[in-house]
Amino acid sequence: MSMDLDAPVSLPSLHRPQAATILCCNCGAPIDGTASAGALCYDCIKLTIDVSEGIQREGVLHTCRDCERWLSPPSQWVTAAPESRELLALCLRKLRGLNKVRIIDASFIWTEPHSRRVKVKITVQQEAYEGTILQQTFEVEYVVAYQQCPECQKSYTPNTWRASVQVRQKVPHKRTFLYLEQLVLKHQAHKDTINIKEVKDGLDFYFAQRNQAEKFVDFLTSVAPVKVKKAQELISTDVHTSTKSYKFTFSCELLPICKDDLVALPIKLAKSVGNISPLAICYRVGTAINLLDPTTLQTADLSANIYWRIPFKSLADVRELVEFVVLDIESLGTQNGRFFGAEATVARASDLGVNDKTYYVRTHLGGILHAGDSVLGYHLTGTNFNNAQFEELEQSNTFSSTIPDVILVKKFYARKKKSKSRSWKLRRLAKDEGDLLPKKADQDRMDADYETFLRDVEEDAELRQTLALYKAQQQRKKDADEMSMATGESSEDEVPQINLDELLDDFEDLNVND
Amino acid sequence: MAVRAQFENSNEVGVFANLTNSYCLVAIGASENFYSIFESELAELIPIVHCTIAGTRIIGRLTTGNKNGLLVPTSTTDQELQHLRNSLPDEVKIQRIEERLSALGNCIVANDHVALVHPDIERETEEIIADTLGVEVFRQTIAGNVLTGSYMSLSNQGGLVHPKTSIQDQDELSSLLQVPLVAGSVNRGSSVVGAGMVVNDWLAVTGMDTTATELSVIESVFRLGEGGPGGVDARMNANKESIVESFY
Repeated sequence: MSMDLDAPVSLPSLHRPQAATILCCNCGAPIDGTASAGALCYDCIKLTIDVSEGIQREGVLHTCRDCERWLSPPSQWVTAAPESRELLALCLRKLRGLNKVRIIDASFIWTEPHSRRVKVKITVQQEAYEGTILQQTFEVEYVVAYQQCPECQKSYTPNTWRASVQVRQKVPHKRTFLYLEQLVLKHQAHKDTINIKEVKDGLDFYFAQRNQAEKFVDFLTSVAPVKVKKAQELISTDVHTSTKSYKFTFSCELLPICKDDLVALPIKLAKSVGNISPLAICYRVGTAINLLDPTTLQTADLSANIYWRIPFKSLADVRELVEFVVLDIESLGTQNGRFFGAEATVARASDLGVNDKTYYVRTHLGGILHAGDSVLGYHLTGTNFNNAQFEELEQSNTFSSTIPDVILVKKFYARKKKSKSRSWKLRRLAKDEGDLLPKKADQDRMDADYETFLRDVEEDAELRQTLALYKAQQQRKKDADEMSMATGESSEDEVPQINLDELLDDFEDLNVND
Repeated sequence: MAVRAQFENSNEVGVFANLTNSYCLVAIGASENFYSIFESELAELIPIVHCTIAGTRIIGRLTTGNKNGLLVPTSTTDQELQHLRNSLPDEVKIQRIEERLSALGNCIVANDHVALVHPDIERETEEIIADTLGVEVFRQTIAGNVLTGSYMSLSNQGGLVHPKTSIQDQDELSSLLQVPLVAGSVNRGSSVVGAGMVVNDWLAVTGMDTTATELSVIESVFRLGEGGPGGVDARMNANKESIVESFY
């Protein structure tokens, strides 16, 4: 009986119940040899093998204190929120030796922001022996260090520009510049500028790189008639490597002739550009100047390079426009594009009730003028011009007789004295006035220029198409109230209104910051 | 008895030595440490022969043998063959084999009764093995490996096979060999047990890295430490066991 009890105890090793075929070479634990790795049991593998060996456990992250961006080596600066995917990618990229293993998981461990530490938990897999994959989790601690990014360095250092574009127009008003500003804004041409400075007769645009300035100059030449001159100044030179650094300046002079200006062309030039009458109105400024003879409706283009061969000044500009009243108008039946030839009898608005002086005039505004309308025009008989080209005309046999008394330019829409708040607005460039702080009188003049420009935008659909107009958010509700009150009464004048469909959503709502 | 040894910082003892019940071959090394270990264990029992095969020291992998004979590859020079003939006892037959698989130690594992050989070995070689070593020859693989000599270590008492050998395979091999087999490793987890150690009926020499666990497995499967040469004790033990078994 007792022998029977002893029997199974005496030879335990001969009847091993489990599937083990070998003993672990390290600890002697019985394991299944067919599935084991290197004759080691699972515990011994875990204890003896470190698959994360060779992976850094510490790192340094560089951040810029001012713009709060992170340095992505070698030289990129990226924005990444704390504990974001971007920052995690940055952290993992920093670790050397991580490419030898397979990353299964990575996550941030919360740390107090003021500790300037970032902790990341990483799970990796790697093949330990043939057919044995080991998974391991470890933590990496990063120290957040400060480093100023080149952009911030630049912003704190004066005179870092490499190239400047000086845009000038030698005219007493700012209308062309206001138009150019809108074009620049619409095409985002100013996005590379470091600084925009307002100077006498124009604007200076500053750039960090020459090619950015060249791009801007190319933009200007594609939208406006400009004369470009390039100059470079040697800043420093290294005689050993013969590397030199320059500052580049592009001088862009815009043609001093604006829309609605009256010009007296040199007779020779007038003959060469399609034999147009030398006395013409500039009806549009694109890359060339578009001229119109109001009596014959003949048009001509004067490109910038032709202009600069024989430069001339405009005879009269917008400020010399006088208001006339149309007493009678008769269509001639001629048409050129949107211009309709007509013969009108006009009188100066200031002469009404004073004398009966009327003028008989041929005009291109036949399509929009009616008897009783107000119209703006140049009063040639009452004006003394001091202009060589005009004198030439007066002395010429052919042309002295063709000079009209009055040249009508555009219809005049009577607006209320206090300008009604508009339902639209334009963006402005953020400019640095520099030393030229406007005086009170200058400020008034600039406001008047801007108002004239806004009226032009309202009246000219063709001009409007090239601009980006935005809805004026604040005023819309008030306008709606006024409109509802005003319904029923006929508006005093058919002042052109801009359709709301043409307007873009307010840039402030879209969080577009300049 | 099982001892640890190292040949010039290499743990692969089976590469540099060949141990049988009637002789021992040892490679010529820079120092005599390796030789001394064999000498201290075997000096007065069997001849220990310094030799090279084809000018190389990897004699354990190029030759195979047992109590009855020794097989050497064709690359063995006449001088080496003459040296072996002079050094070994007269009853040991020495045979040079014309075989494509010239690393005989890797392809053949034998005790005094049975040999397991590489499945692709030539028919004539198989016959020569049977004649010279006086054994039955079986073409076998060990855990899917054709190099039977590399992955198996065999004596008349028992055998150690590749650690990944399944129990079914062990049973099959064991029934061919008529000795108990155990899967295991040498030299801290190395699976090339044939190259990692040499063994005869009373002595096993393993690499210096071999762990205590591995050594205890080796001692138990080869029934070492149960008596001196000739396995007298072992045989007595076997008798004792049978007595005990019959007693129960």
